Amino acid sequence: MSTTPADGSESAPRRPRTYLDAGSSEPLRPIARETLTAALAEGWADPLRLHSEGRRARLLFDSAREIVADELGCRPADVAFPPSGTAAVHAGLYGMLRRRRPRFIHSSVEHSSVLHTADHYTEIGGQYVTVGVDRDGRVDVGALKDELDRAERGPSLVAIQAANLESGALQPVEEIAAACADADAPWFVDAAAIAGRLPMPSGWSVATASAHKWGGPAGVGVLAVRRGVGWRAATVSDDRLDPRSPGYENIPAIIAAAAALQEMSNGAAERADRQRALSDRLRSRIAATIPDVELIGPEDGRLPHVVACSFLYVDGEVLVTELDQLGFAAASGSACTASTLEPSHVLAAMGVLTHGNVRISLTVDTTEEELDAFLTALTGVVAATRDRLGPL
Amino acid sequence: MSELTADVTLDCIGLRCPLPVIRLAQAIRSVPPHGVVRLLADDPAALADVPAWCRMRDQELLGVDRADDGVATFEVRRR
Repeated sequence: MSTTPADGSESAPRRPRTYLDAGSSEPLRPIARETLTAALAEGWADPLRLHSEGRRARLLFDSAREIVADELGCRPADVAFPPSGTAAVHAGLYGMLRRRRPRFIHSSVEHSSVLHTADHYTEIGGQYVTVGVDRDGRVDVGALKDELDRAERGPSLVAIQAANLESGALQPVEEIAAACADADAPWFVDAAAIAGRLPMPSGWSVATASAHKWGGPAGVGVLAVRRGVGWRAATVSDDRLDPRSPGYENIPAIIAAAAALQEMSNGAAERADRQRALSDRLRSRIAATIPDVELIGPEDGRLPHVVACSFLYVDGEVLVTELDQLGFAAASGSACTASTLEPSHVLAAMGVLTHGNVRISLTVDTTEEELDAFLTALTGVVAATRDRLGPL
Repeated sequence: MSELTADVTLDCIGLRCPLPVIRLAQAIRSVPPHGVVRLLADDPAALADVPAWCRMRDQELLGVDRADDGVATFEVRRR
């Protein structure tokens, strides 16, 4: 359908956009939008009240909790919905750190919310240990075991993510779970990268996720604390549904998030196969087409929807800005694109090239044609940037 | 750090990524094979990117020295 502005001029044709940044946020799924609209009408009342409106909200909340618990592999009562993934991480970790004041062992590629928690823990007298990763971004399980073996230093808490959204690396979750179980250390797993996409690992004590990563609305974090885990609210709470997430619950958004999760989870295996084929193809074509590129993350054992690479001599900010002008939305971990002007701590920990970095993360709807067009644009932008530099 | 005398010294203090690596790539062409380029940089990205460049371009990183003021000195030998 064409539109004509009031002054009678023809509007410029809009260039179609290709959004390749699901790793930052999967576009809101249509089912989440529909559910949100319905839930705003049905689930707005106070779920603690005994009137019909309140009970209806409470029923909706409980059904959302069941869906999320089913996905995570825990009991509905274990699940709470803090207002973001970061809020979930902070509440989950501090609830355990404050209880026994363990040594806090985490990997060097955890989300910044974990690293900031570690820094803050030292300010109140706690201790942390960082376990490194290999060039592909996989956690050094041997180093983790060595740390866990130092029992004389007291109890430990381990925070290692299920997968990394910058490198795409899947962590060796079964080995991590076994190492933690052997040492009787609770395992905190940040599952934001895999929820609704890949099977949840078992053996965790506390898990977190974030709905906007699976196509739900922003503002819905997930915090699951298994029964029997030594956890106690680290902040002042209230008498509402859950001390893990105080305050008046955003039930419409929580229900919409659960609807999106259920849909994503139902199609997860088929979608993972399709996205893996697409991302493998893009990865190998980038390597074959563009010289002086470092592919980031492992060849196998990678998130199906993530491809990351760094191009020598290219400015990451120029790269994403020029791609954006050509209609492609992608992310970068290069220092010049970060608010801190520091390179991504993930890329630095891996020891890979940090400048000229671009991360392509496929949405549910990304097609092969879109990725082919993206590769053409990327090839042109990288070549043009390097041409300006002369021979290198 | 080695006591080698560098053939070329590049002062990239104040330059942000990817400029130090670009200057290094230009300079390595100006020294003969086995010649050494010394690079000074205070951009934190250089600590990852200079070793990565050496690996990707098959050049030899002889050493890295980090001073307290945040300036890193890299010595790279042309292969």
